[in-house]
Amino acid sequence: MSLTFFTIVLLGLACTGYVMGRRRAMALARSQTAALHSRPVYHGWYVALACGLPAIVIWVAALTIGDQLIESAIIASLPQELRDASGPVLNRFLADAETLAKGGQPAIDVTPALVAASERFGNLRTLEHWIGFAGALGLGLIGFGLAYRRLSTALRVRQPVERLLMFVLLLAATASILTTVGIVFSVLFESIRFFSQVPIFEFLFGLQWSPQIAMRTDQVGSSGAFGAVPLFAGTLMVTFIAMLVAAPIGLMSAVYLAEYAHPRFRAGAKPMLEILAGVPTVVYGFFAALVVAPALRDAGASIGLLVASESAIAAGSVMGIMIIPFVSSLADDALAAVPNALRDASLGLGATRQETITRVVLPAALPGIVAGLLLAVSRAIGETMIVVMAAGLAANLTANPLEAVTTVTVQIVTLLVGDQEFDSAKTLAAFALGLVLFIITLGLNVIALRVVQKYREKVE
Amino acid sequence: MVAVTQATARERDASHADAITIPAERLPELGGPVKMKARGLKLWYSDKQALAGINLDVPERKVTAFIGPSGCGKTTFLQCLNRMNDTIEGVRIEGDVTLDGADVYDRSVDVVQLRARVGMVFQKPNPFPKSIYDNVAYGPRIHGLATNRGDLDGIVESSLQRAGLWNEVKDRLGEMATGMSGGQQQRLCIARTIAVSPEVILMDEPCSALDPISTARVEELIDELRDNYTIVIVTHNLQQAARVSQLTAFFHLGRLIEVNDTAEVFQNPGESMTKDYITGRFG
Repeated sequence: MSLTFFTIVLLGLACTGYVMGRRRAMALARSQTAALHSRPVYHGWYVALACGLPAIVIWVAALTIGDQLIESAIIASLPQELRDASGPVLNRFLADAETLAKGGQPAIDVTPALVAASERFGNLRTLEHWIGFAGALGLGLIGFGLAYRRLSTALRVRQPVERLLMFVLLLAATASILTTVGIVFSVLFESIRFFSQVPIFEFLFGLQWSPQIAMRTDQVGSSGAFGAVPLFAGTLMVTFIAMLVAAPIGLMSAVYLAEYAHPRFRAGAKPMLEILAGVPTVVYGFFAALVVAPALRDAGASIGLLVASESAIAAGSVMGIMIIPFVSSLADDALAAVPNALRDASLGLGATRQETITRVVLPAALPGIVAGLLLAVSRAIGETMIVVMAAGLAANLTANPLEAVTTVTVQIVTLLVGDQEFDSAKTLAAFALGLVLFIITLGLNVIALRVVQKYREKVE
Repeated sequence: MVAVTQATARERDASHADAITIPAERLPELGGPVKMKARGLKLWYSDKQALAGINLDVPERKVTAFIGPSGCGKTTFLQCLNRMNDTIEGVRIEGDVTLDGADVYDRSVDVVQLRARVGMVFQKPNPFPKSIYDNVAYGPRIHGLATNRGDLDGIVESSLQRAGLWNEVKDRLGEMATGMSGGQQQRLCIARTIAVSPEVILMDEPCSALDPISTARVEELIDELRDNYTIVIVTHNLQQAARVSQLTAFFHLGRLIEVNDTAEVFQNPGESMTKDYITGRFG
């Protein structure tokens, strides 16, 4: 009795319920003098839900309880030496019995005991499904009958149906929030485990970052150092370079588009600028690594400057180009939201266009612009692909943008790539770095929102 | 009965369409200096003609009111006086507008200087989202009218005083202008215009967004300002035109139908169309 079959039967039942409920309601409306309290559609939904919901609940409950019962029944039938085996071995055995029952290839040797267990497993599974199916179908039919018989013109079915609909919408609305909360907590707990191995002070203020831990005790070096300052410094430098590129270009293009451009030019140029935001970051990444970085290195060499082939400036400038659309699009929106009455007022006082822009339009749009810049910064901090490809892996603590630096995001990637025990300090360090990233970007977004809010209060 | 009334109204409109704009030689004697002058002013928004050759003299230090039904061209004509139409896409202008005898559309005229001399107050109060002080100081600052903070304070104070707003705001000059009432905001906008010492103040329905009490305050203010400034006001409120202006010009369908002393226009209109409009028969 497969899940697919169950779903089809249940859907069929619910659809029949819907159609019959609706038809009954319309018949009632015709035959009786009293008007329907709820529209026929609600009656249909009422019957459909009355048979569908209990059936689903019973099906899920039957499978959950059934699985428990099957497991204990199989364990009870096992030979003595297996029953006394340690937890992992027993679990392995049960998992393989299940695999064999489904026709898969078990990982351990096929013994008579395993075959017997798997056969038993298969039989019980079938029984369980039949019982669950019968129960679900029975309860569904009972629900159908009860609901169908209750239908009358006076029945207030709209309220329960709408309440259920609201509940579904609420579930959808909270899904992303709950997911976020779940992610935050998992990151938080793993970070706490990390900080039990590496002191938080050393992590936040240490100047040495070399997360390689010796796999064997006789290995040379590699004692592991988790001072994240070089990563923070690298992130900061790349972000700073990116904003140095993105902020002026983005703002100036926004001012041109919003204040000077012919509407026809604006209509064409704005979507084009926004296409830049749609280029996958990995494309920017290899552009940075294969075009910009070598070009910068050669240009540096020709004037006697030593530029590393993986440099902060290459990664930062390409990242800056990537976030230009964010800055310009948000700033353009902020400028366009400034009422024309203010421009007219300024021009009417004899201000030039440039005075009007710098003294009236930009200040009025400033909160929106600042919010846009902050969002761009948090985007730059979290950006991964470009820096992985173009910034390098060496945790240099340097103020020279021509050298290779590494960032928080790059290190998270390198920490999790490759074979590592999950509870080693090296792996857990990724969670601690993730937590820091999360806190910083969250802080930036909160500030951005506050700025916008404060501005609204000021104007209204 | 209703149908008959509509028919006569349509006939009247048809006869109105034949009316011509006043030729320059038929303009009334003003008995005083002329501040601004329009001759044969025509204006098109893209293909649509909005002004059909306007001739008008604006007297110095008096209030001139423009009246007429919506879309008659009075605001368009007002905007020609300080070239606010320049910012609109697809506008084409023919004819002359002069300020003290000099053509304002001449190539040598700096529109920035023109607008400093011919200020404008808009229909909806539009204070900058800045402090009250900064609003008034905006014009003097960009035109460099004050050399130090003391001068600027003086200009701000005298402008606010002339606009009758000083006593209400002198203790809260640092507060946001956007937090004031609508009537106060409009008087602030007038103070802001006065602060650049214009010679002419154009007002585009300055009271249409205000309540009756604020309207009365602004009308009083207009009456006081007439001693020092030439004022041109566009209004839909005929009583207002009668109360505040000395000269009234009636526009219809882009033409200037009648212009005369306000008392004359309202008590003894020379054109039947003017009479129909001010008695509420159309418009």
